[in-house]
Amino acid sequence: MFTAKIKVTLRKTILDPQGKTVEHSLKSLGYDNISGTRIGKYVEMKIDAKSKEEANKIAEESCKRLLSNPVMEDYEFEII
Amino acid sequence: MNAKVGVVVFPGSNCDHDAYHVFKEIIKADTKFLWHKEGSIGDRNIIILPGGFSYGDYLRCGAISRFSNIMQDVVRFADNGGIVIGICNGFQILCESGLLPGALLRNVNLKFVCKTVSLKVENNKSIFTSNYGIKEDIEIPIAHGEGNYFCDEDTLTDLVSNNQILFRYNDNPNGSISDIAGIQNKKRNVLGMMPHPERVSDSSLGNTDGLKLLKSVAESVM
Repeated sequence: MFTAKIKVTLRKTILDPQGKTVEHSLKSLGYDNISGTRIGKYVEMKIDAKSKEEANKIAEESCKRLLSNPVMEDYEFEII
Repeated sequence: MNAKVGVVVFPGSNCDHDAYHVFKEIIKADTKFLWHKEGSIGDRNIIILPGGFSYGDYLRCGAISRFSNIMQDVVRFADNGGIVIGICNGFQILCESGLLPGALLRNVNLKFVCKTVSLKVENNKSIFTSNYGIKEDIEIPIAHGEGNYFCDEDTLTDLVSNNQILFRYNDNPNGSISDIAGIQNKKRNVLGMMPHPERVSDSSLGNTDGLKLLKSVAESVM
């Protein structure tokens, strides 16, 4: 059994108003050195696969077909 | 051939009855609800994907609905030239299914906006807009948190050069690229729009700017 830890974020070229607002709030708390705040989604799931390669393939397909929308999002994941 | 309208009902749809009412009681078309678990649209020749929060907007608006049983047949129907209209959540579902280009992002001000807005009819040579004048201003309500239309520059150039943009906001309420409120596909049989024409189609509500759209679609198959 493997665990996939998946991160889905808005593509870098897309404005993230939520990230901007959160960053603004962090700055108002005095953290002036914070920049580039982006908000995303985290998905964790178990994959019953024979090998890490197979788990990798299933996670990749899941991200491509459902978990992310390539028009507006990027994804990355790790299998452990 | 008479209009046979199918209004798809997903768990969480909430504008399905409004659309049904307009087609059935005002336009007097043969109208039926289609439950999302049905595998076929049957004899319907116009499909409405209504507004609402299908599957609770989980993951992304429209992302789960796109894989429902009925949507497999709606995609087949649209690919064969069948008429499909997606309103609000329906527009999001059409983008997720790939029947329309682009995606709907969170409103740029992060707020759910519920108000009547002014739209400009950008193209009246479509089965959806033939009852409007070119550049006519119409008043149609919006009610969404994720209506900020986005696509890459190449897609936008395509939308413009193929006259696919049917409606633009006169005062952009959500950050949509190029003020886009509604688009059609290249084949001109699929319409997606965030504003709700079904909410302004009954004269007892004081505004019928939406009726021209829904009526012209029903007339197009008569």
